[in-house]
Amino acid sequence: MKHHLVSAADLTRDDAVLVLDTAEEMARVADRPIKKLPTLRGRTVVNLFFEDSTRTRISFEAAAKRLSADVINFSAKGSSVSKGESLKDTALTLEAMGADAVVIRHPASGAPYRLANSGWIDGAVVNAGDGTHEHPTQALLDAFTMRRRLVGRDTGLGQDLAGRRITIVGDVLHSRVARSNVLLLHTLGAEVTLVAPPTLVPVGVESWPCEVSYDLDRVLPKSDGVMMLRVQRERMNAAFFPTEREYSRRYGLNGERMARMPEHAIVMHPGPMNRGMEITADVADSDRCTAVEQVANGVSIRMAVLYLLLGGAEPAVTHSRIEETK
Amino acid sequence: MSKILIRGAKVLGGEPQDVLIDGGTIAEVASSIEAGDATVIEADGQILLPGLVDLHTHLREPGREDSETVLTGTRAAAIGGFTAVHAMANTFPVADTAGVVEQVYRLGKESGYCDVQPVGAVTVGLEGKQLAELGAMHDSAAGVKVFSDDGKCVDDAVIMRRALEYVKAFDGVIAQHAQEPRLTEGAQMNEGVVSAELGLGGWPAVAEESIIARDVLLAAHVGSRVHICHLSTAGSVEIVRWAKSKGWDVTAEVTPHHLLLTDELVRSYNPVYKVNPPLRTETDVLALREALADGTIDCVATDHAPHPHEDKDCEWAAAAMGMVGLETALSVVQETMVETGLLDWAAVADRMSFRPAVIGRLDGHGRPISAGEPANLTLVDPAYRGTVDPAGFASRSRNTPYQGRELPGRVTHTFLRGRATVVDGKLA
Repeated sequence: MKHHLVSAADLTRDDAVLVLDTAEEMARVADRPIKKLPTLRGRTVVNLFFEDSTRTRISFEAAAKRLSADVINFSAKGSSVSKGESLKDTALTLEAMGADAVVIRHPASGAPYRLANSGWIDGAVVNAGDGTHEHPTQALLDAFTMRRRLVGRDTGLGQDLAGRRITIVGDVLHSRVARSNVLLLHTLGAEVTLVAPPTLVPVGVESWPCEVSYDLDRVLPKSDGVMMLRVQRERMNAAFFPTEREYSRRYGLNGERMARMPEHAIVMHPGPMNRGMEITADVADSDRCTAVEQVANGVSIRMAVLYLLLGGAEPAVTHSRIEETK
Repeated sequence: MSKILIRGAKVLGGEPQDVLIDGGTIAEVASSIEAGDATVIEADGQILLPGLVDLHTHLREPGREDSETVLTGTRAAAIGGFTAVHAMANTFPVADTAGVVEQVYRLGKESGYCDVQPVGAVTVGLEGKQLAELGAMHDSAAGVKVFSDDGKCVDDAVIMRRALEYVKAFDGVIAQHAQEPRLTEGAQMNEGVVSAELGLGGWPAVAEESIIARDVLLAAHVGSRVHICHLSTAGSVEIVRWAKSKGWDVTAEVTPHHLLLTDELVRSYNPVYKVNPPLRTETDVLALREALADGTIDCVATDHAPHPHEDKDCEWAAAAMGMVGLETALSVVQETMVETGLLDWAAVADRMSFRPAVIGRLDGHGRPISAGEPANLTLVDPAYRGTVDPAGFASRSRNTPYQGRELPGRVTHTFLRGRATVVDGKLA
C-alpha cells in the first residue's frame, strides 16, 4: 500500500482486498469484551477536521483508540482560512507535534492531496472526505458491507466483488462518496451504474468506469446493491431539480420500488438519511437496509486503514497481544 | 545617446544584416555597415524582432505592490523582450478615472524599462453597472485607447453595447474578458473529464463562447470594434473565425500558457496551474495554435498575473488565479509555434509586436525594422536551451507554471528607443 490514502484509486485490487480482510480481523476485536489492541501504542493520530462531521470524526476516533493510538482532535472549522491560518501552517503545527497520521476532512477538493504531496508533513495522510472529490474510507466500508452481505463474512475473505451489480443513485455531481465508490468498486470487479437526473451527473462522466442511467425503475431489477446518496434539499434552489416531491417521485427509493429489486439485493446509505426525500422510512427501517451496519463497519475499516498505514509488518491481532491488554 | 551597431542579426528571421541605431532611431539597415564609433553587438545566429508589445499585463500597482510594481513588472517585461505593455485596470483603486491611469502612466515613464500604456476600466469599480469616464481617461496624459474590466466580464448586454458604441468617438476598443458569470459560479477549472474526476467546480467552455458570440454580434450591430481577451477554447476560435469572415472588426488574443498547457496538469492540485480562463484540453490547445497561425487569433498577450507566494502555497480552492508570463512568453511561443513549424519569425513579430500595437493604437511600437523607425528592438538567441528557474525572475512574483521546464530561446538584448534595457540577458 502507498504511504497515504487520498483516493480510492491509490488502492490496487490486492490492496483493497487486504484492507477488507484486515477489517474482518478488526471486527472480531469489536465482538470481544475488551475492544482494544495495543498495535498503535505510542503513535499519534490527528483528526484534522475543517468541516463539521461528527459521525466521521468519532468513527476515526474510535478506530484509533481501539488500536491504542493517542488521538488529537483538531477542529479547524472556521478557524483556518477565515482567521488567516493557512492549511500549510496548520500542517506544520501538526508536524511539530509529531503526528504519525493526519486524518483530514476539508471542504476544498484536493486539500488532502496537497497535504500529502507538498512536503509540509511526513506523517501518513488519510482523506476523510474532501469537497466534492473523494471519501475513500467510506467506499471501503461500503465495499466491506457489500462483501459481507453478498459474498459472505467468512467465504468473502480474500475475495473481491467480481460481477456484482451495484447501483448508485442521487447527487453524483456533488458526491465524494460516489466518486470513491465508482473507483473502488471498479477495482474490485463490480459493475457500477449511476442513476441520477442529468443535472446531477458531472460533465465528463463518460470517462468513468461505469454506466449512467436516468431511469431508476429500469436498473433496480438488475441490482445486487442499491446505494442511495443524500440529496440536499437546497439543490432545488439552484435548479438541479424542480421540487423535492418530483425528485422523490423519480429517484427516491420507496417500498414499491424496493420490491422490484432481487430478493438478495441490499439497500445502502452513507448517512445521514433524508427520510422522505431519497429514501422512505419503510425502506430505511427494513432489514434490507444496511445503513446502521455501515456505521459499525466504518470503525473496522478505519482500524484496518490506520493499522496498515502505520502498523508496519506486524500482525494486527495475536492472542498474546490480546492478553497483554487485559 | 551613442551609436549601437547590431552586426549579423537575422532581421525578422531573414538574411543576416547589420542594423545601426543612432540615438532613439534606426539609422540604417544594410548587409554591411562600418562600425565607426558605434558600440558593436555581435549577433551571429540571432533573430532581430521589433520590440514586443503586450496587450494584457497586470502590473498590480497601485494596491498590490506585494506582488508586483510598475518598476518590477517593466523590468520583467524588458527581460522578456517587451518594449511596451498595457497595464490592466484591476488595481486598488481600480483604474477607472483619469487620476489613476495618469499615475500608472507616470510610474511607467519613471521606470524607464518599457513603455506602460494604461488600460482603463469599462465600468466604475469593474462592477459592470455604470460606465467609467472613458472619455476623460482617453483625454488624459495616459491617452487610454483600450478599455477592459479584465478579471470580470462586462456581462450586462446593454452596458457592453453602450461601451462599444461610446468609444467609437475616439477610436477606442473594448477588450472583453469573456466569462458568463452565472455559468461560472464556483468555477475552479475547465469543466470536463478532469474536473469530473477531481471534484472541482467546472468552468465550461460555453461560458466563454456564449459571451464572445454575443459580443461579436453586438459589435457588428453598432459598427464598433471589439477585442477578445485570452481566448481559450476551440469553440471560441470558430466564433471569431466566423465573425471575421463577415468582415466584422473583431480581434482576439491568446496567452502563451493556453498554447502549451492543458487541464491534465490540475491533477496535481498545484495552484500554480490555477488561472482564469482555466487551462483547457489538448484539442483546445491545438485549435488555438492553428488559429494563431492562420490569423484568426491576432496576437499573443501574456496575461502576466503576479501573485505573492502565500496565495499559491495553499489548497486549490483558496488559491488566487493567474500566472506570471512576461519573462517566458517568447520562449513558449518559440516552443509551441516556431519549432512546430506553425509560424516563422516574421509572423512571430506580427503576432507579438505589429498586431498588438495596431489593436492598441499604440504609436512608436510594432514598427518595421527600417531606417527612420524608432529603435524599439529585441534580439533573440533561438538556439539557447534553458530550464526555467523562477528564483532568477525580475518579476517580484514567482508563480510560473514552467518551473523546471526546459524552454527554447532567450532574449539577449532589448532596446527601448535606442537605449539598451537588457544586455546579454540581464537588465542593463
